[in-house]
Amino acid sequence: MTSRTPAGVPILRLGNVLVTGVLDELDDRAAQAFTEELTERIAAESVHGVLIDISRLELIDSFVARTLSELTTTARLLGARVVVAGMRPAVAITLVELGLELDGVETALNAEQGMAALGWYHTPRPPAEGPR
Amino acid sequence: MSVSEAAVRERLRTVLTERDEEIADRWVHLQLEQGAFGSSISEMELRGEADALIAALRAGLESSLPVDRVVMSHADLRSAVTEFSMQRARNGAAPTVTSLAVLSLKEALLEAVQRGVQDTSELLAAALMINRLLDAAGALSFDIYVAGREEIISRQSRQLMELSTPVVRLWRHVLAVPLIGTLDTARTQVVMENLLQAIQDHEARVAIVDITGVAAVDTSVAQHLMQTVNAVRLMGADCVISGIRPAIAQTIAQLGIDLSTILTKATLADALAAAVRITDQPEVSGDETAAR
Repeated sequence: MTSRTPAGVPILRLGNVLVTGVLDELDDRAAQAFTEELTERIAAESVHGVLIDISRLELIDSFVARTLSELTTTARLLGARVVVAGMRPAVAITLVELGLELDGVETALNAEQGMAALGWYHTPRPPAEGPR
Repeated sequence: MSVSEAAVRERLRTVLTERDEEIADRWVHLQLEQGAFGSSISEMELRGEADALIAALRAGLESSLPVDRVVMSHADLRSAVTEFSMQRARNGAAPTVTSLAVLSLKEALLEAVQRGVQDTSELLAAALMINRLLDAAGALSFDIYVAGREEIISRQSRQLMELSTPVVRLWRHVLAVPLIGTLDTARTQVVMENLLQAIQDHEARVAIVDITGVAAVDTSVAQHLMQTVNAVRLMGADCVISGIRPAIAQTIAQLGIDLSTILTKATLADALAAAVRITDQPEVSGDETAAR
């Protein structure tokens, strides 16, 4: 059913982490459907972490911001951590100006660091990396 | 006996056509006598300006516009006066000098009219018209002068804003912004944009905002700081504020501003040490687990 799986939002499982990337601006209904599917997957697959990559989003409205906050709370109740990765500078500025500070939502600079935050160290870092 | 306006206008136009050399010479002479420019403008330049302005004045009188509106509405005349004032503003002349220069054209013009007119009532009418024309020109030149100066000022403050918010890379994954001066809404915006972009470019994990150079912190400055910190957090980096001087710390405490959610350090060195500690730890055992 298209209403259950919004187009363009695949959810992959890597070990005990669910990885998903929001590719297009979500309208309210798509955001709702996305939340529901993700919540069910968290519960069904008993994962410990969820990574949501939003580096493609150029706009986050108050509804999507609230959805992300609620999703974090929901996931925590189900025993999983949510990391939101790759927010663009312009999006961050807009959210701050709107007063939507996504309280309680963990953030990471990009997907790699987000995965590291979720304890996913499958690409070892060079031990002595000098200043670039 | 009254003299019709059209006749006076025609008279002025004739004088401007026939005696333009004479008027220009006289005007240049008068300006040199006032002697307020030093050596910044040569006689040649003055003469060039005079010829241009007199020609424009003549064109203005030839048009069908009423005398009261001719300076404002006649395109050539207006642009001649504008050019004249801008030139003076660029050369650093004072606004009064610029206005007086325009007004001294009255004297030159009136002398030229006087030589061709015997009738006193006609002379009076001509003098009044010259007054009306050139007073408007004087006022316009003052306006233009001020506008020119204001443009310079706003350009400089824009440049200052761009110059005064550098983002420097202190360490691997550590950036710093030394803030200097005041922190108003416009500055905050520029700082935030530069900082967030740099965080993305350098994959920074910690951003240090150093406020050693900020003169005073009030509630609105604190508000702007909080906004910056929150935006940095949304990007997935940590933010440290450093350089809080004792006086500022007291002010913050007295105003009851809550910065308890922000990591603050007294000096940039302390902040750098803290930042290096944060980046050296694997993130999973860092602040995020502590925060849970």
